[in-house]
Amino acid sequence: MKIDASLPLEYSTEENQLKIFGFWIFLGAEIVLFATLFTVYFTLHNRIGNGPSGAEIFELTPVLWETFLLLTSSFTIGLGIHAMRIGHKKAMMTFFAITLLLGLGFLAIEIDEFVTYVHEGATIQTSAFLSALMTLLGTHGAHVTFGLFWGIAIVIQVAKRGLNPQTANKAFIFSLYWHFLDVVWIFIFSFVYLKGLIS
Amino acid sequence: MNAKELFHPMQEPMILAAAISIIVGAVVVVAGLTYFKKWGYFYKNWLSTVDHKKIGIMYIAVALVMLFRGGVDALLMRAQTAVPDNGLLDAQHYNEIFTTHGLLMILFMAMPFVIGLMNIVIPLQIGARDVAFPRLNAVSFWLFAAGAGLLNLSFIIGGSPDAGWTAYFPLASIEFSPTVGNNYYSLALQLSGIGTLMTGVNFITTIIKMRAPGMTLMKMPMFTWSVLITNVIIVFAFPVLTVALALMMLDRQFGTKFFAMQDGGMDMLWANLFWVWGHPEVYIVILPAFGIFSEIIATFARKNLYGYKSMVMSMVVISLLSFIVWAHHFYTMGHGVMVNSVFSITTMAIAVPTGVKIFNWLLTMRHGKIQFTTPMLYALGFIPIFTIGGVTGVMLAMASADYQYHNTMFLVAHFHYVLIPGTVFGVLAGYHYWWPKMFGFRLNEKLGKTAFWFIAISFNVTFFPLFILGLDGYARRMYTYSASTGYGPLNMLSFIGGLGLAVGFILLVYNIYYSWKHMPRNEQADIWDGRTLEWATHSPVPEYNFAIVPTVTRLDEYWFAKKEGRDITAGTFEKIHMPNNTGTPFWMSGFFFLAAFFAVFSQWIPAIISMLGVFGFMLHRSFEKDHGRYISVEEVAATEKKLRGDK
Amino acid sequence: MKKLSLLMLVFGAITMLAGCEPLTIFNPKGPNAETLSNTIILSIITMAFILLVVYTLLAFMLTKYRASKAAADYEPPHEEGSHLLEIIWTVIPIIIVAFLAVVTVRTTSTVEARPDGYDNQEPLVIYASSSNWKWHFSYPEQGIETVNYVNLPVDRAIEFKLYSFGPITSFWIPQLAGQKYAMSDMVTTIHLAADEVGSFMGRNSNFNGRGFAEMEFEAQSMTQQDFDKWVMDVKTHEKPLTEEKFNELLTAEHVGRSSYSSTHLEFRPAPMEHSEHMNMNHTEDSTDSETETHSH
Repeated sequence: MKIDASLPLEYSTEENQLKIFGFWIFLGAEIVLFATLFTVYFTLHNRIGNGPSGAEIFELTPVLWETFLLLTSSFTIGLGIHAMRIGHKKAMMTFFAITLLLGLGFLAIEIDEFVTYVHEGATIQTSAFLSALMTLLGTHGAHVTFGLFWGIAIVIQVAKRGLNPQTANKAFIFSLYWHFLDVVWIFIFSFVYLKGLIS
Repeated sequence: MNAKELFHPMQEPMILAAAISIIVGAVVVVAGLTYFKKWGYFYKNWLSTVDHKKIGIMYIAVALVMLFRGGVDALLMRAQTAVPDNGLLDAQHYNEIFTTHGLLMILFMAMPFVIGLMNIVIPLQIGARDVAFPRLNAVSFWLFAAGAGLLNLSFIIGGSPDAGWTAYFPLASIEFSPTVGNNYYSLALQLSGIGTLMTGVNFITTIIKMRAPGMTLMKMPMFTWSVLITNVIIVFAFPVLTVALALMMLDRQFGTKFFAMQDGGMDMLWANLFWVWGHPEVYIVILPAFGIFSEIIATFARKNLYGYKSMVMSMVVISLLSFIVWAHHFYTMGHGVMVNSVFSITTMAIAVPTGVKIFNWLLTMRHGKIQFTTPMLYALGFIPIFTIGGVTGVMLAMASADYQYHNTMFLVAHFHYVLIPGTVFGVLAGYHYWWPKMFGFRLNEKLGKTAFWFIAISFNVTFFPLFILGLDGYARRMYTYSASTGYGPLNMLSFIGGLGLAVGFILLVYNIYYSWKHMPRNEQADIWDGRTLEWATHSPVPEYNFAIVPTVTRLDEYWFAKKEGRDITAGTFEKIHMPNNTGTPFWMSGFFFLAAFFAVFSQWIPAIISMLGVFGFMLHRSFEKDHGRYISVEEVAATEKKLRGDK
Repeated sequence: MKKLSLLMLVFGAITMLAGCEPLTIFNPKGPNAETLSNTIILSIITMAFILLVVYTLLAFMLTKYRASKAAADYEPPHEEGSHLLEIIWTVIPIIIVAFLAVVTVRTTSTVEARPDGYDNQEPLVIYASSSNWKWHFSYPEQGIETVNYVNLPVDRAIEFKLYSFGPITSFWIPQLAGQKYAMSDMVTTIHLAADEVGSFMGRNSNFNGRGFAEMEFEAQSMTQQDFDKWVMDVKTHEKPLTEEKFNELLTAEHVGRSSYSSTHLEFRPAPMEHSEHMNMNHTEDSTDSETETHSH
C-alpha cells in the first residue's frame, strides 16, 4: 500500500481517494433520490383528501428543535474531522459521540412528531399529502438511523485501531454523509414545514 | 394465502411443465457439481470472485438464460395471436407473459448483457487492473442475480405481474391487480436496480480515476466513452426508479395513497415517475451498443473512427436530451398543445445527434478495407434496421400523429426496431468480438454468420408486419382478435418470423458448444488486429490484466504502436496488488433475496430478520481487515512466460 | 393538397398489397382523422427520403470498400473527420426536424380544437366513461345514456368528454379521431366530426386488464333526422338510469348494449376538468343536465 504522506490521512492512499470520489458520486444519486421525493411531495401537497392539511398539523417548536439539533451535529462532526486532521484522536471521538447523540435527539423528536400525527388521525394512509410527507420524512429519518449505527461502528474502530488511513477515510466519508443529511433537512425545514405553515 | 393459491400458476399445464424443467435443471446442476466434486471450485472461482472478467462472464451467462426465458414468452405471444380467436392462452396468462417479456428483456437481458460487456472490457480498455471497487462490483452482480431470480420465481409461486411492464396505476394497484404479481415487480426490480446503481458509481469512479497514464478523456476509446456516459445516466435515472418502486410497494402493501383513485392520489404520477426513469433507461441500453459498434466498425474497416469528437459530443447531447423527453410516452394524457409540442421537439431533436453518429459510422468505412466477420455483420446489419427504428421514432415523436400510433402495434414495431438492432445486435456484436479475449478461442465464424442471417432476416419478417397492423388500428396487448378484423395473415407472418428468430438464437448458443469442442485453442492475443488496449494483453486475460500498465500518448495507441513496432507492454515487473476473493457479496445478496421474497407475501417478521442478516454482513465488512494481497514479481514473470510461450 | 392526394394514391397502392381496403388510419371519415392521416403520410415520405440517403451511402461503402476488392497491401488512410461534412449532416437534419416540428405544432392544435368549418356551431357534448371493460356514453343535452355504442349526427362538431371509473383507458375511434386517455381524476376532451354516414370501430386501446381485448364499441354516424329520431325513441321507450342500476353496471365485467332515458351524471358527476382543457364556451355543469334539450 503506497501512502502519500503529503496528503491528509483520509486521502493518503489511492484506495482512499477512490472511495471518497465514489462516495461523492453516490451522494449525487442520493440527491436525485431526495429530489424525486420532494417532487412527489410538491405534486401531492395540496391533495389532502379528507385528511388534515400541513398547516393544520405542523408544529413549529419541535421542528425548530430538530433543526437546531441537526445543524449543531453537522457543526460538531466538522470539528471532529478537524480534530482528526490534527491527529487528536480523543477530541475526534468526543465530537463524533456528541454528533451521534445530537442525531439521536433529532430522531427522538421526529418519532414523537410521527406519534403525534398518528394520534391526531393523520396516518400515512389518510391522504396522498400525508403519504408523501411521511415517506419524505421517513426516508430522511431512516438515513439518520442508518447513520447512527454507521457512526457507532466507526467510533469503535477508531477507538480500537487508532487513526490510520483506513479509519480516517471511513470517518471522513461518514462526515460527508452526515453533512448531506443536514442539507436535505434544511430543504425539508424550509420547503415542507415553513412553506406548509405559511400557507 | 393458502398453499393452493400460492401455487395457483402451476395449475396451468404449460407453467407446470416450465416449473418442472426449471427444477430438473437445477437438480442436474447441483448433482453434477456434487458428482464431479466441483463445489469448491465453483465457490472459489465464481461465487466468491471479485474479478471483473469473471463477474462480466456471469452477467452474460444470466443474460443469455434470460434471453431464452423472455424469448419463450415472445414466441408464446406470437403463437397465441398467429390466428384469430386462438385459445392457446387465456387472457390472464397472456397478460402475465407480455408483462414478464418486457421486464425480462429490458432489465434482465439487455441490462446484464451490457453491464457484463462493460465489466469485461472497460478495465482492459483503460489499462486498469480492476474496477475501482471490486467487492461492490460483486455485490452489484449478486443483487442483480437475486432480482432476476425473484422475478422468475413469480412464475412458479404466487403468479407473475400482469399489468404490463409499465405497471400503470390504478391497474397495478391492489384493487385491480390483487395477486402478489406486482409485489414481485416492485421488489425484484428494486433489488436489481440497487445493484445497477452501484455499478454506475463503480464505473464512473473507475473510468474517471483509473485510466492508464497519458490516457486523457479525449484519448479514451469510444466504448469507454459510451460506458462513462451510460453510467452517468444510471446514477441520475435509477434513483427515480428506486423511489417509484418504493411508492408502489407502499401503495400496494401499506395502503398509502400516492397513486390511489381516492384521498387525493394521482394515477398520472406513476406514469411520470416511471418514464422519467424509463426513457433514460432506453439510452442506458443503447449507448454502450453505439460504443461497441464504433469499436467494431473501426477495427474491421481498418480505419480510425471518423469524427471522434462529434461522436463524443453527440452522445453527451443524447444523454442530456434523454432526461427531457419522458412525456412523449403519454401525449394522449391530455396535457394540451403547448406541453405536447415542447416534448415533440425535444424528442425529435434526438434524431440529430443520432444521425451524426450514423453518418460518422458510414464515413468511417469510406476508404476502408471492410472485412465481413460475424461482429462486423451485426454492426452492418444494425445501420439499415436501426435507421428504420429511428425514423419511425421521429414519426411517433409528432404528438398529433401519435394520437393514432399510441398503444398500437406500430409503436411495438418501432421499439423493437430500435432495441433489437440497437441493443441486441450491439451486445451480440460485442460478444462475438470479445469472446476470444474472454476464453482464448474464437466462436465459429460460419455458424456465427448463419445465426446472424437467421436473426436479421427473421427479425424483419417478425416486426415489419406489425407496422402495417398498427396503421390498421391493431391495439397492442390484445390477447386475441376476431377474424373479421383481417389481422390474421400478417400476424401469422409475424409468428413465422418469430420461429426463424428462435432458430437463429438456438444456433447462436449451439455455437458456444461447437466452438468449445472444435475451435483451436491458444489463439493469438490480438486476434482481430485491434486498435485498443484490451488487445495488448493476453487471451484469456491473466487475473492482473496487465503485467506492465501501458502508457498512452494518443487515441488508438496500441494500433500505432504496432505500426511503429513499439511494444507498449514492455518493462520490468513489479509486485501487483490485488483484492481478495470474498463470499460476502453472495451471502449478503442471498439475505436480500430472502427479505424481498418474504416481503412479496407481506411476511414482515421473517423479512426484517433477513434484513438484519444483510446489515450484519455490512457491519462485518466494516470491521473486517482486508487489505488484499500481492502477486509477487516471480509469479508475474512465470505467468507472463507461460502466456507468451504458448502463443 | 393536390400533391398530397397524389401521394395518397401511391400510398394507397402500397396498402393494396396488404389488403384490399386502405389501412384504417389512412381511411379517415372525419376532419380530425384526415388531418392525422395527412400528417402521417407526409412524415412517411420525409422519412423515406432519409432512409434512401442512408441506404445509398451504406450500399456504396459496402460495395466499394470491401477487403475482397482492395489490393492486398492496401492500408486505409488515417482520417480525422471533416468539419464541412459534419456541419452538413447536422444542419440538414435540424432543418428537417424544424419542418416536422412546425407541422406537429400546427396539426396538434388543429386536432385539439373544434374542427375547421364548424367554428360557429355549438358542439354536441357526449361524456364517455369507462368501467371495467365497457363504455358508458352520456348525452347531457339529450338526457339519455347508452352502453357500448354511441350514435353521432354527421356534419356536426362533437366533443367527447372522457373519464374512467377505474384504470386508465384510451378512447379511440381511429377513423374519426386520434385517441386520448380516460382517467379517474380528470376529464379529457376529444374534438371530432363525422363526414359521412357509417359504422366505425371504436375501442379502448390502453391495456386495462383481463377483458381488454373485447373492450370495443360501435360508433355510428347518422343524419341529424335519424339521430333526433333515435334520441326520441330512447327517451320514450327506455327506462331511466337509476343509481342502483348504474352501480350494477359499474361492477359488471362485460355487458351488451343498452340505452337509458337519463344519465348517470345526475348522481355521479364527472371529475374535474383538466385546467388546460377548460372550454369557456361550455359552462354546463354535469349536474344540470336536467335542463331541456337544446335544439339546433
